[in-house]
Amino acid sequence: MPAKKPTKTSGIKDLVIRVCVGTGGLAAGSQEVIDEFGRQLKSYGIKADILKKCVNKTGCRGFCAKDVLVDVILNGKSETYQLITPENVARIVEEHILKGEPVKEWLVGPEYHAFHDKQTKILLKECGHIDPEDINAYINIGGYEAVRKIFPLETFEVIEEVRASGLRGRGGAGFLTGLKWDLCSKAEGKPKYIICNADEGDPGAFMDRSVIEGNPHSVIEGMIIGGYAIGANYGYVYIRAEYPLAIHRLKIAIADARKKGFIGKNILKSGFDFDIKIKEGAGAFICGEETALIASIEGKRGMPKAKPPFPAYKGLWGKPTVINNVETLANLPSIITKGAKWFASIGTEKSKGTKVFALTGKIKNTGLIEVPMGISLKEIIYDIGGGCERNRKFKAVQTGGPSGGCIPASHIDMPVDYESLMGAGSMMGSGGMVVMDDTTCMVDMAKFFLTFTQNESCGKCTPCRIGTKRMLEILTRITEGKGKEGDIELLLELGNDIKLSSLCGLGMSAPNPVLSTIKFFRDEYEAHIKEGVCPATVCKALRRYTVSAELCKMCGKCFKACPSAAVTWEKKQPAVIDKTKCIKCGACYEACPFSAIL
Amino acid sequence: MNLNVDETIGHIKEAISVSEKNRGVLIYTLQRVQQEMNYLPDHAMKMISEKLGIPLSDVYSTASFYKQFYFTPRGKKIVKVCTGTACHVRGASKVMEKLESEFDIKEGKTTPDLSMTLETVGCIGCCGLAPVATVNEYIVGEIDSAKIEEIIEAIKAE
Ligand SMILES: Cc1cc2nc3c(=O)[nH]c(=O)nc-3n(C[C@H](O)[C@H](O)[C@H](O)COP(=O)(O)O)c2cc1C
Ligand code: FES
Repeated sequence: MPAKKPTKTSGIKDLVIRVCVGTGGLAAGSQEVIDEFGRQLKSYGIKADILKKCVNKTGCRGFCAKDVLVDVILNGKSETYQLITPENVARIVEEHILKGEPVKEWLVGPEYHAFHDKQTKILLKECGHIDPEDINAYINIGGYEAVRKIFPLETFEVIEEVRASGLRGRGGAGFLTGLKWDLCSKAEGKPKYIICNADEGDPGAFMDRSVIEGNPHSVIEGMIIGGYAIGANYGYVYIRAEYPLAIHRLKIAIADARKKGFIGKNILKSGFDFDIKIKEGAGAFICGEETALIASIEGKRGMPKAKPPFPAYKGLWGKPTVINNVETLANLPSIITKGAKWFASIGTEKSKGTKVFALTGKIKNTGLIEVPMGISLKEIIYDIGGGCERNRKFKAVQTGGPSGGCIPASHIDMPVDYESLMGAGSMMGSGGMVVMDDTTCMVDMAKFFLTFTQNESCGKCTPCRIGTKRMLEILTRITEGKGKEGDIELLLELGNDIKLSSLCGLGMSAPNPVLSTIKFFRDEYEAHIKEGVCPATVCKALRRYTVSAELCKMCGKCFKACPSAAVTWEKKQPAVIDKTKCIKCGACYEACPFSAIL
Repeated sequence: MNLNVDETIGHIKEAISVSEKNRGVLIYTLQRVQQEMNYLPDHAMKMISEKLGIPLSDVYSTASFYKQFYFTPRGKKIVKVCTGTACHVRGASKVMEKLESEFDIKEGKTTPDLSMTLETVGCIGCCGLAPVATVNEYIVGEIDSAKIEEIIEAIKAE
């Protein structure tokens, strides 16, 4: 390297550089970016903290589409660069760090700001900013203050504070947390238990995992608060075995909290004992349901029981038990330290605080977002999500995962809160949000979710075990072009019966995706059944496999892809598909870069 | 095989009865045994049943309820293709089909030479990188045809 001219570095009092590091080797060259910053700064003799952030690509800023992201925080002023490669580093160091002039064209654009401006972060605020494996990092930002604060209070005062905050369960049903605690604290029987539900089985959701991976102590602190309030000395975290990193971090966090005396005997000399154990799930979606979860901890088949009795009265080993979701618990430390009033000032009349959603599907900015309750779907999808991929037309969004329903584009101004979502035939659920555009077939989507729930049905009650199977058979035949007149009515009847007669929440909600897609997209079902057409051309058996002469660019890719010599094509001629030879395998359809095959 | 799992239940052991305690460690024991032996062979199941005083039929009934437990040996490389919502929307089924045809096995099965087991998993929380698969502990994201080839080669190299 040629010798650098001595440059004035005295203007740099405080310099921090933060680089986003993705899942092992995935993020394009973030380690190289870090190394390059190290080399460049060293050559100028500048001292700086170079930090890695977003170590697991979740729980951070959730803007992974623009990796590698780099924050340069110079004398307290922060600027963020996007899509940075090692080649960009020299210029950033020279112009921004030495001369104080940020490289404008590489700074994040308006969409980055839109992505953040509409969000309100309580739970994700620290995720990606503190080291989740260092308890001191959490303590330095005011962690475990809430635990100190509750011990001088009577337990009913703690419950009252939580009730006044209006916090509702984030695990699905939205039950008032303060009320649940109150019931359990008054229930007879000892010992009592508090369980953190981290089973997160919704296939498209990773909020709980991110909170645990990004800030495990907030969950532990929430459990201590809950344990104290209801009089439980034992806590369990029931966590999915598919989340090894979350389990690892939680173990470290529990051990550290025990060392510091936040859990164990006589916590902070308050006379209160509390200990936490981790239970790994064994792979069953139904174990997210609270009574099934209890059965699983007890070492039994994870099958739900009829309620009542509710776990608050008769739960784990027949003792009063509170089960709360990860996100619910992680909200508690801030509620205690900042007060119920502060929390209740965010959100709507009946839905307080924020909610974390996993925004996925056919949307530009996928990732984790945290928004105040009551924000409109439109703001989420367009301002935060940036609209659909490739600017396609937004069609619907599925909330609540396999238990929820789809909400069509016509309802886009709807506020996102518990009641509005319920009213639209969906639910808040745990927070999966799957965006669909005009290339998504609604019948196929409904079939996807029902396949999941049918697979996960524990088999205890007949409506769910057999009813969902029959529904799935009908859906399958519709997508295969064998639908019959009256199938839609049959689906509606079956769906409503299953909802009414199932034992647990799984069966009661399993028909929702089907019922809501019929409600809003009945025409698509009818097109499948009556005309034998899949309007989104997703259902393979219903594709016509003809080439649109207008769209065809005569590239010949379909000709090469066809395994049964059904395509005839010559240079500068549009392709033609011979229906008698076509086996409807879809190879040409996949191969066509111009969507010219219908 | 270490079945001495009493200490792992910590303080809680003081609060519940012996039979509840034995029952409570059943799933944990199964997980440990499987971790060590890679599946749950008959003789281990019998031993668990005897040590914990739970009827063998009951041990099987519980184990077979959960997807995580296997009663036949598994492959050296465990490939799990995510079929969660985001991955479904972004073409997980193509990844699955390709692997199925390449190794000539169906989902949930193991190759005869025990080199690999092919499974599905519901969302592993990297939806931003969909479609995703895991090979043992390693996560492969944004799978395209080139990455499938990499996966296939890595397995065949074993
Ligand atoms: C089929 C089914 C699956 C569920 N899965 C979860 C889950 O993964 N995580 C969760 O927190 N709650 C889940 N729930 C909701 C729980 O039963 C329970 O209501 C919740 O954990 C209570 O916590 P909260 O009041 O903090 O929301 C599920 C419910 C049903 C019916
Ligand atoms: S759906 Fe595959 S990682 Fe989430």
